[in-house]
Amino acid sequence: MTRRITIDPITRLEGHGKIEIFLDDHGDVERAYLQVPELRGFEQFAVGRPVEEMSRITPRICGVCPTAHYMAASKAADAVYHVEPPPTAKMLRELIFNAFFMEDHTLHFFFLGGPDFVVGPQAPAAERNILGVIGKVGVEIGGRVIKAREDVREIMAYLCGKAIHPVGGLPGGVSKGLDEEHRVKFLATAKETVEFTEFALQIFNDVVLKNQGYVDIVVGEAYKIKTYYMGLVNARNQVEFYDGDLRVVDPDGREFAKFKPADYLDHIAEHVEPWTYVKFPFLKKVGWKGFVEGKDSGVYRVAPLARLNAAESMQTPRAQVHYDRMYEILGGKPVHNTLAFHWARLIEALQAAERMVELLEDPAITGTDIRRLPTETPTEGVGIVEAPRGVLIHHYKTDERGLITSANLIVATIGNAAAINMSIEKAAKAYIKGGVVSEGLLNMAEMAFRPYDPCHGCGTHAYPGGLPLTINVHDDSGRIVRTLRR
Amino acid sequence: MSEPKPKVAFYWCSSCGGCEESVVDLGADILKVVAAVDIVFWPVALDFKKKDVEAMADGSIAVTFINGAVRMSEQEEMVHLLRRKSQLIVAHGACAHLGGIPGLGNFWNKETIFRTVYHTTVSTDNPKGTEPLTKVSDAGYDLTLPEFWDTVHPLDHIIDVDYYLPGCAPHRDLIMGAVTAILEGKLPPKGAVLSPNKSCCDDCDRNDTKPEKLTIKETKRPSEILLDPKTGFLAQGVICMGPATRSGCGERCIEGNMPCRGCMGPPDQVTDQGAKFLSALASILDANDEPGIDRIVDSIVDPAGTFYRFSLPSSILKRKKMEAVR
Repeated sequence: MTRRITIDPITRLEGHGKIEIFLDDHGDVERAYLQVPELRGFEQFAVGRPVEEMSRITPRICGVCPTAHYMAASKAADAVYHVEPPPTAKMLRELIFNAFFMEDHTLHFFFLGGPDFVVGPQAPAAERNILGVIGKVGVEIGGRVIKAREDVREIMAYLCGKAIHPVGGLPGGVSKGLDEEHRVKFLATAKETVEFTEFALQIFNDVVLKNQGYVDIVVGEAYKIKTYYMGLVNARNQVEFYDGDLRVVDPDGREFAKFKPADYLDHIAEHVEPWTYVKFPFLKKVGWKGFVEGKDSGVYRVAPLARLNAAESMQTPRAQVHYDRMYEILGGKPVHNTLAFHWARLIEALQAAERMVELLEDPAITGTDIRRLPTETPTEGVGIVEAPRGVLIHHYKTDERGLITSANLIVATIGNAAAINMSIEKAAKAYIKGGVVSEGLLNMAEMAFRPYDPCHGCGTHAYPGGLPLTINVHDDSGRIVRTLRR
Repeated sequence: MSEPKPKVAFYWCSSCGGCEESVVDLGADILKVVAAVDIVFWPVALDFKKKDVEAMADGSIAVTFINGAVRMSEQEEMVHLLRRKSQLIVAHGACAHLGGIPGLGNFWNKETIFRTVYHTTVSTDNPKGTEPLTKVSDAGYDLTLPEFWDTVHPLDHIIDVDYYLPGCAPHRDLIMGAVTAILEGKLPPKGAVLSPNKSCCDDCDRNDTKPEKLTIKETKRPSEILLDPKTGFLAQGVICMGPATRSGCGERCIEGNMPCRGCMGPPDQVTDQGAKFLSALASILDANDEPGIDRIVDSIVDPAGTFYRFSLPSSILKRKKMEAVR
């Protein structure tokens, strides 16, 4: 009988995912599974709802990244009604979205991903959290982190009513504009945000890149898988969050496909497994070959590193400096090292901050023409944005009154669902040998999926504290012979 | 020796994580809360497992905040356990309070949801007709999943609830108010919703613009008109759930120039938020005969999904009849 190792990552028993690892007779890893044991069924209960309400309903898919759903649903509603928002509305949406990106990304760095590095992978669990980060970098900086989050969320709350579950995304624009007083105020915030993000990158540089031990982990084989990468790009193939075409590069970094959001079904399909409630997207033209890496497998990755790999450059000058540096240090494009997602995330946060400044420096953003009323009969539409955790697709078909007849949602984290399983299996194989489960596995298994910032741990990503893990090692009769905990 | 600090637990069921974020959004106040209590169970943050909770003495947790609706077998098991161990249970947020947005699933059932998610959605490629199973052997590896129910429940359908903290997500002032009331032992009678018992309209700035006699000849969807940022929504003909909805949310959606959708649930004297709104609406319809009334009512495109946006599972309807679900 095979031995089984269960990693129940969060105490909410299976609420957000559990890892099952199976060992062979020699005690080596045969197979690892990350199961997501929850489903809510938004695609079904969207049916019958007015499409313009989806920007208010779908944020409840995720309270950590509600703005991504708000925006994808708003864009899908534009497409359903065949209406283009006026330029000011588009600027406001971009401002909202870049503010959201900057806040979400830096939060992740300081609260979740950062502690692994800033405090150190070998540090005691009790210190590997935001308080540990503050302990290492200083209380003053901790205060800066909290203030930066509050300031940026104020911009979101002003324009969208609330930061958690925003409102105001309508077909053809937005419900609320920006006045000069607030433009000036928010511009000051945006400028501070650029400096704050540069400062986060400086911490990453000082703490991670100057420590050969960390660099070895980042570039190690245990955290490397070769896949396709997908991300939104603008007309110049630069990293884009709000609008653009989807570009896919192959594991060698060559362009494999580039397509309009409306054509996504020609390129993406989802595979179903019986052991988890999530589906596994894959590249249709390559095909689903199982949980395997390489050019012949349709598995692709999304989110920060994938976006940087799928693009040719950043949009903003300061982010570009860091982009060039990352690829120089990690040996050119594409980078397959999963832990580089953390670095890419900060580079994206900087672009988001710089875009906030650019948008707020343009007086056109205070224009009053923020809505174009739909005049055409609603039919069908696709809205695609980049959520912090990857490509997010909302697709609605409606009747002639704009009531939804069918919906399809491919949410961001799911874009990485197959890759997360593979990353965990690979790390497990590296750290479990001959039945010996090293203490390091606890950290390392966690570090294998944390870079993806998976949304099925969406609350997790918001909290101080390391992700609680327990690993039970069972013998052949199912008795627990060893428990590791942190 | 100082008094032991009260033990507090947090748990989440079928939810989005927004209620957890609402606690993070307390900002500096969260540190005050953490200093005053002893958090004994918080799946997202602390390394305590179900068996640690099982080992606690019954009633040893002063208060447990539970967010999310209940629709999976394991959620049911867990909330029963927490009820036994806790003196007080607070239903935190609209999903635990009313069923919330996931409660819209009660227009359907497991079969229809599975059919859509795993078979008919346009990107799904499932030639073998695979569906997730509670027990499965995948290439010889035995794996289990919790069971997905036909019906979404608010927390008080499953366990006895002492207090309700409303909103999607709850306003920070309400959360701090609840925590302070618990710490100071100044709680209202059991069963209370911890937010002022008046309607959103009572607190809404736009109430001042309300005409002497508010009537509507037809309704407009937010997508159909340019929303005036000062005039009351009903006066613009836009369905706004304010009259049937409890205040305490800070009217933030209205600040965002969008109408209320009722996430706070009804005030105390109202059993059914949707029915209450319907009666409020009936009183302002500007029509004298049945065809006139029909015309106005027909202009409301999704009455059930609008009037019961957050409250279907806790309403007198609870769910669409199973036999009526296609």
